Amino acid sequence: MLGKQKGKADMVSSEDGSQKTEARTLKTPLSKDDVLNLKIGDMVLINGLVVTGRDKVHKFLAHEKPDKKDIPFELYGGIIYHCGPIIKKVDDTYKLIAASPTTSMRVEMYEADVIKAYGIRGIVGKGGMGEKTLNAIKEYGCVYLHTISGAAAYLADRIKNVRDGWKIEEFGAPEAMWLLEMEDFPAIVTMDAAGNSLHKDIEKISLTKLKRLFLEKRESE
Amino acid sequence: MLKLRDGIIELYKKVATSIPGDVEDALKTAYSNETEHLAKESLDIILQNIKIARTTSRPICQDTGFPVFYVKVPKGLSHQLVRDIIMDATRIATNKIPLRPNAVDVITEKNTGDNVGDYFPFVYTEETEEQSLIVDLMLKGGGCENLGQTYKLPAVLTFGDKEAIAERDFDGVRKCILDAVFKAQGRGCPPYTIGVAIGGAKDQVAFLSKKQLIRRIPDIHPNAAIAELENKILNDINRLGIGTAGLGGITTAIGIKIATAHRHPASYFVDISFSCWANRRGRLIW
Repeated sequence: MLGKQKGKADMVSSEDGSQKTEARTLKTPLSKDDVLNLKIGDMVLINGLVVTGRDKVHKFLAHEKPDKKDIPFELYGGIIYHCGPIIKKVDDTYKLIAASPTTSMRVEMYEADVIKAYGIRGIVGKGGMGEKTLNAIKEYGCVYLHTISGAAAYLADRIKNVRDGWKIEEFGAPEAMWLLEMEDFPAIVTMDAAGNSLHKDIEKISLTKLKRLFLEKRESE
Repeated sequence: MLKLRDGIIELYKKVATSIPGDVEDALKTAYSNETEHLAKESLDIILQNIKIARTTSRPICQDTGFPVFYVKVPKGLSHQLVRDIIMDATRIATNKIPLRPNAVDVITEKNTGDNVGDYFPFVYTEETEEQSLIVDLMLKGGGCENLGQTYKLPAVLTFGDKEAIAERDFDGVRKCILDAVFKAQGRGCPPYTIGVAIGGAKDQVAFLSKKQLIRRIPDIHPNAAIAELENKILNDINRLGIGTAGLGGITTAIGIKIATAHRHPASYFVDISFSCWANRRGRLIW
């Protein structure tokens, strides 16, 4: 499943000890081919610049549709990280304290439009997203990457620096768009461009088990 | 009262940057028991993160939550004074630790920047016969808070293309909880700790279900019937297969704590509060 991809110079596999699964290195910006080569269950290490965006950013991008030139960061081929980090301003630089993902499902109604309008190739978040986003991921060539929720210190240590921020005052620090530089930031592909979703699979399995648990009492009576 | 303010700032720091021993032990057990690969790797990172946060004094999670205080105030001490000190301590702790500013004004949509706003933090006070002031603080994550559910029994629960009836009995309660956990999936950072209250008023059960999250994981309910129900439901939840991070696994919840309150004949509420794996709580005795 994690076989090396020939002819993909920006995507190399690395072995991280005998017990660990082989993880692929991703470097932003991502090409459509980068994304098409990823499958659910793949472990990746993200490198390069990504932007954060959560509730307010998504509502703004989907409704106001700001022109690309009015957004200070390049979004095309980029990754949006669903995260409201803790960032402390020390003199003129931003210091990242903690940064794990927020629940992605809250931006389900906006994400498909954002992927389409801004050429987003990757979403990093937690808990997965719904049908609308899954269809957009498939149609436009994107990928959803689940990362470890609540592991905020661990993940902050895999972000080299905070380059800049946008809409800090207007949206508030947790909801601003931050430009972060990731270094071997770990994530798992849970929704891929072929239309597979690990979240959907787990939901299906748990529904079968729920049915059994609901019927249990009646059978024992 | 400067000392109390400093004590509360320290409490904030302890609660934000470490998790209680009983929760960490439960997560270690979950790690040892786990057989699913992605869940095990996730738990490994979670346990590493707990260590890093503790040793570097950084918040465990960037969402340092909605601060909820349960305070027992000795006779003669002003409850309002205690509230004022908590607000003061919150402002200082936000800047010092730092905490993420989470108080957003619903009218202007502006973040206050210091975690203080209308009913924010939320402070419950009650009088105690004791000589000491007892302050319990919970930093309640927003993702798991959103998964909370209130059921009015009897209720029709739909699952897939089928329906199940939750009647006014413990089996009905069990079904509601399973329904809530199924709906939650991995969106609120499992393995969860789940607080439940059964009673007759909407605000009563909402208050009680969340307050159960401060009970320790190994704590056994004094009523044998409820203790048995807690065990039974925990066992059922962990058969759903949602697992750590919702990517499949054998531990979906590490604890479930149920409270009961007398109900009105017309009403039978079941309220469910979720905590993410990072159930951050702590106590200051002053």
